[in-house]
Amino acid sequence: MDEIIRIKNLKKSFGNNKILKSISLTLEKGQNMAILGKSGSGKTVLIKSIIGLIPVDSGSIMVYDKNIPELNNDELEEIRKKVGYLFQGGALYDSMSVRENLEFPVRRTQLSKNKHELNDMVEEALSYVDLLDSIDKMPSELSGGMKKRVGLARTLILKPEIILYDEPTTGLDPVTSGEISELILQVQETYNTSSIIITHDMKCVRMTANHIKLLSKGIFKAEGSFEDLAESNDDEVRAFFT
Amino acid sequence: MPGIKNEFWEKTESFFVETGNVMMFTANIFTQFFRKPFEHGEFVRQAYRLGNKSVALIAITGFILGLVMTLQTQPVLVMFGAQALLPGMVAVSIIREIGPMVTALLCAGKMSSSIGAELGSMRVTEQLDAMEVSGTNPMKYVVTSRVIATTLMVPILTIVADTVALYGSYVAINIKNNVTLGYFLSNAFSALSFSDVFPSVIKTFFFGFFIGLIGCYKGYNASEGTESVGVAANTSVVTASMVIFFIDLIAVQVIQLIYGYQ
Repeated sequence: MDEIIRIKNLKKSFGNNKILKSISLTLEKGQNMAILGKSGSGKTVLIKSIIGLIPVDSGSIMVYDKNIPELNNDELEEIRKKVGYLFQGGALYDSMSVRENLEFPVRRTQLSKNKHELNDMVEEALSYVDLLDSIDKMPSELSGGMKKRVGLARTLILKPEIILYDEPTTGLDPVTSGEISELILQVQETYNTSSIIITHDMKCVRMTANHIKLLSKGIFKAEGSFEDLAESNDDEVRAFFT
Repeated sequence: MPGIKNEFWEKTESFFVETGNVMMFTANIFTQFFRKPFEHGEFVRQAYRLGNKSVALIAITGFILGLVMTLQTQPVLVMFGAQALLPGMVAVSIIREIGPMVTALLCAGKMSSSIGAELGSMRVTEQLDAMEVSGTNPMKYVVTSRVIATTLMVPILTIVADTVALYGSYVAINIKNNVTLGYFLSNAFSALSFSDVFPSVIKTFFFGFFIGLIGCYKGYNASEGTESVGVAANTSVVTASMVIFFIDLIAVQVIQLIYGYQ
């Protein structure tokens, strides 16, 4: 299978606090990888490093054969067009309506789009997450789950090949988090995306991931399928599955 | 004693680190300013938002300032039979010093805190990261456009404040006397020279630049957590106000060096 992300010996510290000690992983095309770990274990640091939002101390992060830590801003912008990122709280722009939030990345990256094309793209993305009727609402009028859906629509509008999900179901009720998990799976099937999902939600992991890694004390402690890890003898691994 | 010594060195070190960071941030703003494309739309939106929201406050304050200054000074000048000098004295005081300073301090309170809180909130809720991921450089789109907007809006607001303050002075004089606006203005402007007006306008560009810069720097570098939004807003106002006094101090020295003591 095609490797689209390959990380080797990634290290990152904040002061004397070593967050990532030696991380290596490979994401293949069409794969949905879940990364589990306790709060503060460095999961978000890892995926923010993949997209160049956090500089790393050493190691390589190859995304489509480009080493992220070595890229300049223009090269990073090119790579980011292929990589979507769903932020924990949706990260919608407060001062813009839902429509403007979705139009923003398109206007910035695809300058040639006319008003009609732009409108079609926004409506298609919002229909996909079933929020077309909220098109003219402001983010403050949306619930947590709706914000994440709009955030996902904003990610999808640029048709990324890889999507990084940062705790997509955290803070949501079980029904809404089930809907978001369903949506993640649906996105992968419809758009043939590859994903890395950071989460604590085992229901989400079970539904969406075909490969799981457990991050603990700066290294990957275990990996495998949901069933493999559920049967692990390691207490720390089992703690996530009970 | 060693504890105090260590604390002193730590504070000194953090001061220089912070100063270095501010200088790099400023250099980045200039770099982004000269890189295409220029963010016209965002600049106009910010200039309108920051200027329009401050104009009423600036105008009311300016009017009261001119009125009160005239009412306070008038009796003293009357005692010396020098009331004819009143318009000129008020004009020189307001245009040289009080107008620019009061406007800048009000803008520091209004613009710098609002920018600090807005950017701090955008940092905490990952909106700045989201912008970066969407192929938009937030240093250019968010920061540079706001700094240019404040740099241009503070001088304009100062002109508004000066004008309204002079009108306030005219109203105050007319409470007890009967003076025409033409006479008042000709008296006021005859006391003003190029060296009163030009340097005071130039320094307002610096005030505006630093008001925007400090608000943006504090907000952009807010640490994660909602508390940091309040801290960013608060420190923006305090730092910007201090810097305004410091710039004014330098400006006075430079003006006196160029034009001599007047």
